[in-house]
Amino acid sequence: MAMLDATMPREAAALALFRRKRLIAMAVPAVILAYFVYIFFAFDIPGLADRARMDNAKILVADSYSYKTHVTRDNRNGGISIAIEGEAKGAYAPGAAPDWVQLNGEDAAVITLPRDHRVEIAGDVTRVTVPGYGVIVLQPTARGVDMDLPTPDVPDWINAAANRVMITTDAGRISMTRARTEVFRYSFGWELFWFTLDSPFHGKSLGDLAGLALSGERVVPERSNIGAMVHDVWNNQMWRHKDVVWAIFETILMAFLGTMGAALIALPLAFMAARNFMALGTVRFALRRLFDFVRGVDGLIWTIILSRAFGPGPLTGALAILITDTGGFGKMFSEALENVDEKQIEGVQSTGAKPLQRYRFGVIPQIMPILASQVLYYLESNTRSATVIGAITGGGIGLLLTQAIITQKDWEEVTYYIVLIVLMVMVMDTLSGALRRRLIKGDGSGH
Amino acid sequence: MADVITATGPTTQRVQDSYMQMVRRKRMYGGIMMALFVALMVSGFMLADSRNAGGFWSGIGNIFQFPSEVLAEAGEKIALLPGLMVKFLPSLIETINIAAASTLLGALAAIVLSLLSTRGLALWPALIPVFRRLMDMMRAIPEIVIALVLIFIMGAGPVPAMIAIAIHTAGALGKLFSEVNENASLKPVEGLQSVGARWSQRMVLGVVPQVAPNYLSYGLLRFEINIRASAILGFVGSGGIGYDLKNAFSWGQGRYDEVAAIFLLLFGTIVFFDQLSGHYRNKLVGRV
Repeated sequence: MAMLDATMPREAAALALFRRKRLIAMAVPAVILAYFVYIFFAFDIPGLADRARMDNAKILVADSYSYKTHVTRDNRNGGISIAIEGEAKGAYAPGAAPDWVQLNGEDAAVITLPRDHRVEIAGDVTRVTVPGYGVIVLQPTARGVDMDLPTPDVPDWINAAANRVMITTDAGRISMTRARTEVFRYSFGWELFWFTLDSPFHGKSLGDLAGLALSGERVVPERSNIGAMVHDVWNNQMWRHKDVVWAIFETILMAFLGTMGAALIALPLAFMAARNFMALGTVRFALRRLFDFVRGVDGLIWTIILSRAFGPGPLTGALAILITDTGGFGKMFSEALENVDEKQIEGVQSTGAKPLQRYRFGVIPQIMPILASQVLYYLESNTRSATVIGAITGGGIGLLLTQAIITQKDWEEVTYYIVLIVLMVMVMDTLSGALRRRLIKGDGSGH
Repeated sequence: MADVITATGPTTQRVQDSYMQMVRRKRMYGGIMMALFVALMVSGFMLADSRNAGGFWSGIGNIFQFPSEVLAEAGEKIALLPGLMVKFLPSLIETINIAAASTLLGALAAIVLSLLSTRGLALWPALIPVFRRLMDMMRAIPEIVIALVLIFIMGAGPVPAMIAIAIHTAGALGKLFSEVNENASLKPVEGLQSVGARWSQRMVLGVVPQVAPNYLSYGLLRFEINIRASAILGFVGSGGIGYDLKNAFSWGQGRYDEVAAIFLLLFGTIVFFDQLSGHYRNKLVGRV
């Protein structure tokens, strides 16, 4: 009976605890759900469906793995020109054409599109053959465009206005205005990635290129064949490999200079902010607040302030990283310094070492693995930050990426940059990870 | 006896010599590494300097010019500052909301990803490397890349930034969470399995209660980082206080009072959440 009395309050307490836990277990998901409902309306997610442009997404995805070739006829002055992506640097020389275009003189051509679609341009008249539908005849007039269809009504894949006709099929796109007739043919791949059309090596197979590289006959008189190939790839105007490699290098340079510079500045400051090395409380307090301030101002604001003084470029980005991380490193290093073992320092001191020697031989070996591991970790994370900072200050791969996205045209280049950025970050991640593991292992085996 | 002395003399000499040689070699390696590092830093600095629009030495004198212009203008219009701060408060709340929502979404995804990629807990042990690589990929893509692409599709607004930060957060937290999971005791999991619990029940009832404080601590740290990230993404074009800062900044003189107000708000917010999360993290880790 007495035992039962004793267990009663304990049981009640246990039940109360259960109830509280159950309440928390229910309340946490409920609060999270409520917050998401709030976000759903605060961020206007229902309106997103109207604002989202899925056609943009389609262009983006299609462009990232394919390219289009424009065949353009000037309807005012006559003449046909062919260019990859419609860009001057991808233009075919007059009279030259890919194998699916048959040029008949200055002002006439037969264009074969996939799935038996055909476009015949003969002067002003353009005849489009669509299998299963018929022949569409287009002709520019003084007022706009005349269209002659085999059926009485206009099918929905033809967009016809008074001054512009657009035919979009899965084989390609044809558009005609008073000024020009354009035919777009889509092809798979990243065209001109290695050699542009003006290079003698364009269109050669890998075997041919290897043969040329080994042969003594020079294609370009002033360079050996390998040299000429490297030169042509390096100076590719379409993909700008030279600029891209420089941009990647600049981004890594920003991260390296910023991180290492911050570590070099933070180390002596950290000694002055650590309790066991600096007796003056005011100095410690002032330095700690300085670290907090520098960290709190944040990289974004430092980047803005510095870009005013130094202009755009990698130096500005490096300095922004340097200043922000000085705060972070200062805080971490001083915490590491406060945890060092005093015995080693005393040991070094007993041999008559002066203060600087005590730091060098008594303290640095103890904190070196922690320091180096932190610095390497920051180096990796700063490679990512340098991409963003580059987009703000104008330097490195971040700038190239934002420029390519803002022009909203060369999505294959955007894809190329994204792949390069991800590879760059992963390489830095692997490198810093491997170095850190070696450091920590080296620490374990004694020093 | 004399033999012994003559025998040990050269031996100690030899030991000392080889020791000194080792020390010299070590110092030489250290010296070479040091010289290499200094050369890298100096040449890197000079290269960065030459590729910058303005030089370091000509710019260093102007470093306080912009802050002093901002301060001067803010000083003139000091009475307006509180009003401006109130004006920018909604944008600040949007920035914080982006950070909070993306941290929550990212953390929820990270919990699932980390459980799926921890040995002993994974639902499909054969797929552990797949989920690990997936998290590596998510971590490697900088937020700005995803944000810019999504802005092109969805238009400017908070959602692209939220998704971009959430993806990065899921990768970064997933790695940390899976390290935490590896230290979790398997006994509760086995107990639950013996009474027929499904995988999701084993994880939610057996693992999550063990590791929740560590999850929370890492999540708070990430929230702190994400506030900064969301401000930066705003500057690149995705809403929030960063966007206002960009507008006020590119307007130039005449709107520096707004710049000052935004600087103050941003600084205050970062320090506040820094302190808050630091306080709670100390509490959480202390309890573990």
